[in-house]
Amino acid sequence: MQIALHFFVLEVLHLFRTLLHSVRQYRKLSLLSPLFVTAEVGIEIFIPYLMGNIIDNGLMKSNQSYVIHYGLILLAMSIVSLVCGASASWTSAHAGAGFATNLRHDLFYHIQGFSFTNIDRFSGSSLVTRLTTDITNVQNAYQMLIRQAVRAPLMLIFSIVMAFNVNSQLALIFVILVPILAIILVTILHFGRPLFRIVFRRYDTLNRVVRENVRGIRVVKTYVRKNEEEEKFKSASKGIATVFTKAQRIMSMNGPAMQLVVNTSLLLLSWFGAKMIVGGTFQTGQLVSMYSYSNQILFSMSFLAMIFTQLSLSQASGDRIVEVLRDQPTITDQKGALTDVEDGSIDFQNVNFNYADAKRSILKDINLQIKSGQVIGIIGETGSGKSTLVQLIPRLYDTTHGKVVVGGHNVRNYDLKALRDNVAMVLQTSILFSGTIAENLRWGNENATDEQVIRAAKIAQADDFINEFDDGYHTYIEQGGNNVSGGQQQRLTIARALLKNPKILILDDSTSAVDTHTEQKIRQGLREDLPETTKIIISQRIVSIQDADQIIVMDHGQIQDVGTHEELVQRNQMYREIYEFQQKAGDEN
Amino acid sequence: MDAKMQNQTKVKRSTTLIRLLKFVVGTYPVPFIIGVVSIIVSAAAAVRGSLFLQNLIDDYITPMLKQSAPNFAPLFRAILIMAGIYLVGVIGTLLYTQIMAVLGQRLQKKIRDDMFVHMQSLPIIYFDQNDYGDIMSRYTNDVDTLMQMISQSIPQFLNSVFMLAFVMIGMIALSPLLTLVTLFIFLLSIGVVRVLTTRSSHYFKEQQKQLGKVNGFVEEMLNGLKVIKVFSHETEAKADFDVFNQEYQADSAKANAYATMLFPIMGNIGNVLYVLIAIFGGIIAINGWSTLTLGAIAAFLQLSRSFSQPISQISMQLNSIVLALAGAERIFQLEDSPVEVDAGHVTLETAQDGTKNNWNWRVPQAGGSDQLVPVRGRIIFDHVNFGYLPGQTILHDINVTVEPGEKVALVGATGAGKTTISSMLNRFYEINSGTITYDGINIQNIKKDDLRRSMAIVLQATNLFSTTVRENIRYGRLSATDDEVEQAAKLAHADEFIEELSQGYDTKIDGDGSDLSQGQRQLLAIARANVADTPLMILDEATSSIDTRTERMVQAGMDNLMKGRTTFVIAHRLSTIANSDLILVIDHGRIIEQGNHEQLIAKQGEYYQLYTGKKSLS
Repeated sequence: MQIALHFFVLEVLHLFRTLLHSVRQYRKLSLLSPLFVTAEVGIEIFIPYLMGNIIDNGLMKSNQSYVIHYGLILLAMSIVSLVCGASASWTSAHAGAGFATNLRHDLFYHIQGFSFTNIDRFSGSSLVTRLTTDITNVQNAYQMLIRQAVRAPLMLIFSIVMAFNVNSQLALIFVILVPILAIILVTILHFGRPLFRIVFRRYDTLNRVVRENVRGIRVVKTYVRKNEEEEKFKSASKGIATVFTKAQRIMSMNGPAMQLVVNTSLLLLSWFGAKMIVGGTFQTGQLVSMYSYSNQILFSMSFLAMIFTQLSLSQASGDRIVEVLRDQPTITDQKGALTDVEDGSIDFQNVNFNYADAKRSILKDINLQIKSGQVIGIIGETGSGKSTLVQLIPRLYDTTHGKVVVGGHNVRNYDLKALRDNVAMVLQTSILFSGTIAENLRWGNENATDEQVIRAAKIAQADDFINEFDDGYHTYIEQGGNNVSGGQQQRLTIARALLKNPKILILDDSTSAVDTHTEQKIRQGLREDLPETTKIIISQRIVSIQDADQIIVMDHGQIQDVGTHEELVQRNQMYREIYEFQQKAGDEN
Repeated sequence: MDAKMQNQTKVKRSTTLIRLLKFVVGTYPVPFIIGVVSIIVSAAAAVRGSLFLQNLIDDYITPMLKQSAPNFAPLFRAILIMAGIYLVGVIGTLLYTQIMAVLGQRLQKKIRDDMFVHMQSLPIIYFDQNDYGDIMSRYTNDVDTLMQMISQSIPQFLNSVFMLAFVMIGMIALSPLLTLVTLFIFLLSIGVVRVLTTRSSHYFKEQQKQLGKVNGFVEEMLNGLKVIKVFSHETEAKADFDVFNQEYQADSAKANAYATMLFPIMGNIGNVLYVLIAIFGGIIAINGWSTLTLGAIAAFLQLSRSFSQPISQISMQLNSIVLALAGAERIFQLEDSPVEVDAGHVTLETAQDGTKNNWNWRVPQAGGSDQLVPVRGRIIFDHVNFGYLPGQTILHDINVTVEPGEKVALVGATGAGKTTISSMLNRFYEINSGTITYDGINIQNIKKDDLRRSMAIVLQATNLFSTTVRENIRYGRLSATDDEVEQAAKLAHADEFIEELSQGYDTKIDGDGSDLSQGQRQLLAIARANVADTPLMILDEATSSIDTRTERMVQAGMDNLMKGRTTFVIAHRLSTIANSDLILVIDHGRIIEQGNHEQLIAKQGEYYQLYTGKKSLS
């Protein structure tokens, strides 16, 4: 048990070393709080002692001026102690909030430095939880650490010292009771804590059942699986109730156990105290102050146990934050990097790629030369590596082997911002941000004039529908872009990329929701208005790529064939099959 | 206006509280009463313990000081009696904490189960109108805070109230004069508590608001993180974030400051009271204004120690009770939502071998004997109108006749009403007027479960469950053998990728499906529908995420599958529907054209425009 405790402390210290970097300008406030607490406890601790004196020297001896004199001193002390206590709360709350703000800032900035490889490791929602709930938990823990976690042990130690000071013989009672209470509290924690961990895991199961049922309610109803799902749920909720009941019952032992020890202490004090008073070695007032110290000693112990529980609960949150903070960005700028991309030529040289810790190669032996200004089509099944291939160009991922050369230089030698400003990429899932259409488009170039914005929208065939909105370019896009259709979203994301005026433009299946007629116009616009730009188009539809200068057929991470449409229809069976199927289906027209 | 609204919420809160108490007390009356009695016993014993100091000093110590040979036996007896009283108090605490812990858990389970069972009977529209996260949080946050309230807040609140009452009684018994001093401090404390809690709860609300903003911003930025990288937009994102972050900090600091100040302030006010009692008590006793013994003062001092704690407890617990009531309201709101109506009396009889061939509708007749109608899959929509909300019309006058075994395709732009039409068939929604018949029987008369059992649906958004691949497919028909499951997978061309999974059909998958591609999930959903083997099938964009090459392979299987069944197909790609028996072109909730491919092409209308790519679907 002690070893476990020891490890826990080490773990927490290790955790805090990383987190405490974020204290910065709140160091002063963070130190003030324990100082105020120390002052508060230091004053408070003398109140019972002086109270004993008032009783013994004032009341017992009917000395009214003594009572008033020391009474007023005590009153003044209580008020100073109140001010100190309140100040400790104020400083700890502000230090905590400041620390949390810095930590949130650090975490968010750190995440912004992530590469795609880092991003793939954490889901969006898990990062959101870390930035909000987890940091709030850590904030509460920090606040507790600089106030209550200082107060409770100080109170305990000071009270024991004072108790010995008042009557060292009587204080021996605490020498027996304190270890007993400590054992009880540690035992409760020892048996209770692991159960809570199980409970949390079982909550995951319950949440999953609810989630799958709410999301899949149509499936459940379609196949009339009400009873089966109810059974599933009840077993999950029973799983929680069983363990949780046990955990709660154990933790509830705290109250009665405390009461038992406190009462025992009071009775022992009464019995031995009375004997000593009658024996003439002790005074009534001193007995009253011993009662107070007894309460303070025992309650600060239970408070310590509570603090320990709370801190250990927030440990998980701390871990989750540190996990992100310690995940180093896999792609970073280097000093003296190139800031000029000469042209849109691309050269893949013996490129291999696999995701971190995955054995399977996503890309194998890719060799490919693309001349500046060419139009390239890429086709292949889902999972054949098309998207990964193009994501290597703006260095969203780094190759595992081999190199990607853009404009005559390895992409690793460029300044990241410069490279990505010159390689515009339209991702498969079109994501817009809350804000007006114009604001969204200006992501490509924040200084773009209205004319430039409109021109880009025209090429992307977005101008027409934008003008149909009441507010035109000032139409507000809601979060998630729900107020524009899928096809419109895709056209807006293309326009956004065009505003970068890039040397290389990559469209990753970004016209799937646009009808063929409009899509044709977009392609025509790209060809005419951006003749210098290298254009890479990934598509499921052959019609979208058939007039490309080179078409790349991808299969299982390899380039299966490269050629023009005519060449491929002639010699490539897979290409021909897809082509014929789509022709027959009528997507062609 | 504001006051009126506040008043209304108060009324609502109190009805919720009454309902909740009825539920708690009604479900477990005996444990609850034992719990409350234990609380009273525990509080009384604690106060009696403090009063013992008076007896100790006045009845034993002071007299014994005057005796030359003091006899400790009576004191020993008194201490034994006291030990007995304390023990009763400890047992009381033990009882009520244990009872409340168990009670809280039992109720928690019951509330959750009730809620889930009720939720299963809610109509689809409920799920349309309520956010997933919102429903979810009722099962977790709301139930948790409610349970916390039952097992902790209520007992502690009651304990504090009784404690305070007993302390008051004890004080009055000891000295009415000193009680006046206490009352003065009591009022001061209440004032302080009120000021601090209103301030802190005000800032906590502000903090929650700011947190919501931070949350929204962060969510958007993190979900679009890849776009940020592509556009090198990191600097702007960081700057925007800092603004939200700063605003949040100010409120968070104040909220926490006021909340945490409560305890040191109340604790020190307790000290002030302690000192004041000593001063006033001393003056009163010394001047003999009232018969106030030393023991009484000491006991009074001791009592004052258990005075400030209950006041802050009451205020804190009241706050959490109000919070929990808000959660309870949301839980009750779900439980009060009306369930699906089902007045059907026609039942479905499936053949023993589970195949679709020998299914019958059992139609009860007036005479008592039942008529058996074979399930063929003849569907007629007759002047059907529908709207999701009262007064709204989404579908206008839908008239369609589908013969058994026909393939019907629904074509139209997003939001035209294709899915809505198909949702009328399985009565996910109730039509406003007109009739839909199934093999000549009005579907209103068919028991909902049986109606749904007679059809399989593959939806665009595929929902799978966290279990094995095999069980996911078997979900379509629980009686399906392993062999039938694998056959169904083969037909859907799903077997190829299933075999590649680490444990084949026994691979456990994650319901949210991060481990499978969207296309693979759709293949599983198709296999699941295959295994159900129903006379009627609805395919709602079932192949939208499958790549062309795979789709081409699935297509053959699908055509096979549709043979001998009435099938409704909703397709985004026109490629898959040209061979349909009937094509319905839907626009703004109306059928604007219907016929087969050749007829519609010849007509050179809307379908022709779409088919030739002159018009877009989205």
